[in-house]
Amino acid sequence: MPPGKDMTDMTRGEAGSGEAGPGEGRPGEGRPGEGRPGEVTAGQVTAGDVVRPRSYALPRTTGQSIGPTALELENLVMHFGAVRAVDGVSLTIRKGQVMALVGESGSGKSTVGKCIVRLLEPTSGVVRIAGADVTHLSRRQMRQHGKDVSIVFQDPAGSLDPRMLVGDVVGEPLRLQAGRMSRRDRQARVEEELGRVGLRTEVARRYPHELSGGQRQRVSIARALVSSPSLLVADEPTSALDVSVQASVLNLLADLQRDIGFACLFITHDLSAVEYLADDIAVMYLGQLVEKGSRARIFEHPAHPYTQALLAAAPVADPPRQRARKPVLLGDDVPSALDPPSGCRFHTRCPLAFDRCVTEVPELLGIGDGNAACHLVRPDGSGPDIRDVAGRDVAGRDVAGGETAGRDTGGRDTGGRD
Amino acid sequence: MTSPTQTHPRRPPDVAPVLEVRCLSVTFTTESGTVSAVDNVDLTLGQGEIVGIVGESGCGKSVTAMSLAGLLPPSALVAGSVRLQGVELIGAPQSVLRAARGQSIAYIFQEPMSSLNPVLTVGRQIGEVLQVHEGLSRKQARARAVELLTLVGIPSPRQRVDSYPHQLSGGMRQRVMIAMAVACGPKVLVADEPTPALDVTVQAGILDVLRELRDRLGTSILFITHDLGVIADVADRVVVMYAGRVVERAPVDELFARPQHHYTAGLLVATPTPGRHAGTDRLQEIPGLVPVLSTQPDACTFAERCPAADAQCLGSAPPLTCAGDMAKMAEVAEAGKIADMAVLSPDHLVACWHPCGDPSPTRPEVGGCRPART
Repeated sequence: MPPGKDMTDMTRGEAGSGEAGPGEGRPGEGRPGEGRPGEVTAGQVTAGDVVRPRSYALPRTTGQSIGPTALELENLVMHFGAVRAVDGVSLTIRKGQVMALVGESGSGKSTVGKCIVRLLEPTSGVVRIAGADVTHLSRRQMRQHGKDVSIVFQDPAGSLDPRMLVGDVVGEPLRLQAGRMSRRDRQARVEEELGRVGLRTEVARRYPHELSGGQRQRVSIARALVSSPSLLVADEPTSALDVSVQASVLNLLADLQRDIGFACLFITHDLSAVEYLADDIAVMYLGQLVEKGSRARIFEHPAHPYTQALLAAAPVADPPRQRARKPVLLGDDVPSALDPPSGCRFHTRCPLAFDRCVTEVPELLGIGDGNAACHLVRPDGSGPDIRDVAGRDVAGRDVAGGETAGRDTGGRDTGGRD
Repeated sequence: MTSPTQTHPRRPPDVAPVLEVRCLSVTFTTESGTVSAVDNVDLTLGQGEIVGIVGESGCGKSVTAMSLAGLLPPSALVAGSVRLQGVELIGAPQSVLRAARGQSIAYIFQEPMSSLNPVLTVGRQIGEVLQVHEGLSRKQARARAVELLTLVGIPSPRQRVDSYPHQLSGGMRQRVMIAMAVACGPKVLVADEPTPALDVTVQAGILDVLRELRDRLGTSILFITHDLGVIADVADRVVVMYAGRVVERAPVDELFARPQHHYTAGLLVATPTPGRHAGTDRLQEIPGLVPVLSTQPDACTFAERCPAADAQCLGSAPPLTCAGDMAKMAEVAEAGKIADMAVLSPDHLVACWHPCGDPSPTRPEVGGCRPART
């Protein structure tokens, strides 16, 4: 069974719908009596940094009570035998917010996504979707939360059943909510959803292999959104696509997110896509979060050396700017999650590491609008910048200097924003 | 490099190119008919130069690379000329090709794990190249393998030389592949998407190694990728391919600052770059799909998706000509545009009847490049 199938089998249920999230409030669908204060703001707030509050200091919700958050992860741990894929991740995504989860291969970012949609049962920790604890629900119980959370995978060819017509693929989540929707209604709903992702309604009578990669990814998105989830997990949705197609899928996600107002966990390694789509960013390294913060702060004043290295390493499609950047070379030896390094897990590759990093695990310290886990970062978010000290490569040779164009290398600002 | 805005610090190409590709065409015969993968590709690679070939999947960039040293399957019909240091490789006997491979031209591919033999140590695999091509003894080959591992930046090479591929990380394996490729000191290194499987922090290291090979050994590198950021990072000159044809060829700075082909301009505005956010900015999409061609029509293959296409574009294929050529400009555009075009560098070529022609100081306007002024 393709991985996408499990997840989107989840159906809309009654339980847990008390706080169904902004997805219900889509334009033109008028559901009387379901107006919630959260929707209005979600609809109005597009992406303005100014409008959205940035504090992570949100009131904690407990148990089954209804909170203002679309997703809460508390100390999420997922071990596969000896492999510590995810080791204590805590995250909060507010309604209508796009949070990017960034990290390199093996950082555990996709595992976090799978735990959220409960394709995996976490080893420990708590997953709350729209305030409801779904950590250890059975598959049947989880189906009732299917309306709250959906996932889109990287490879649309592998996540759509090749034997099902596109219309059936998209309508399946609705069909599984037994007895709630007539065939005719479902078909109308599918056509509406296809139209919304920019596909013609005829596509419903095609098979996935008849479509291009970009169209297939649109089908995946339609399927994920047909049950009006309050949270969409998008796991590398554009990584398998060509540049021009990638642009259209990023635009589509941005438009849908703005219009519908669902919250989104955008899992990716592509930093330029992150800057384009995300409101907030969380950075993972070897199963742990190393930094969280607003998009503007992370891109302008990254506090953690690993975040700084990631930003310095991602090439920019602008030759003079690219040449002016200081390369930060970390070495290729990425440690394994089977045997993560002691202390700070990044210490084996960090040019700033000192003895304390080897022995003592750094706390995720609150800085301004986010957190960072590094012994060198001070509570005001200031600290050394790897890009200032790492102007040398492994051979000890001076590498191209110059100002890091377009980015402030200072990092000594008080967290960038308030 | 006559353009006043040309600030590229790297060396200009030497007069005689190391690799010269002329009118290269590749057609595949398949059960469902013929597929024209590459059509009339012209490109040159100078001594110590890094030329990037960029394009989306199916544009023929990899087929072009493979055809250079005769690596395509027998179902491929290759026509045209590939001269490597003056030696013609298309239609050359196997003995000539075998001598050229490794000695004159070498390849690095995307997935190092599938290119390395899992049951041999990396030292043996690098050494094998040297034993076959340079007649070194096993001991000499091993010593040279250690040197090569040092060259490509592998820490503690004396230990690593006895490692098996699975014991190395992805970045290390790609470094081993590079070491194997440059073992016999090839003049030309073809890097076919060497980094997309790697993480960005590792990718940066690999790109650095390639640059260093060019600087230290004077290796010319043909770098094939779909990633505009990587191209901006490593390339001196760029060849943009679309549906099997070269649509634009230019020095890297000029290509990004003043793309002349509407496809290039479209790619650039479709790419998210720093400072762009969905709230304030919208990525421009290129409508439509890349065509799969059974034959190459006498028309611009991008016309269907092009904002500036007209009857001429559908009626005849635009030749690859100098974007700044006054004579050509006089044919295709009105007087107002010529002055702008004249500042383009002479090695900026474009295959378009209506090139963008707008020397915009930063980026093309939203909507891609502007249509011809009236």
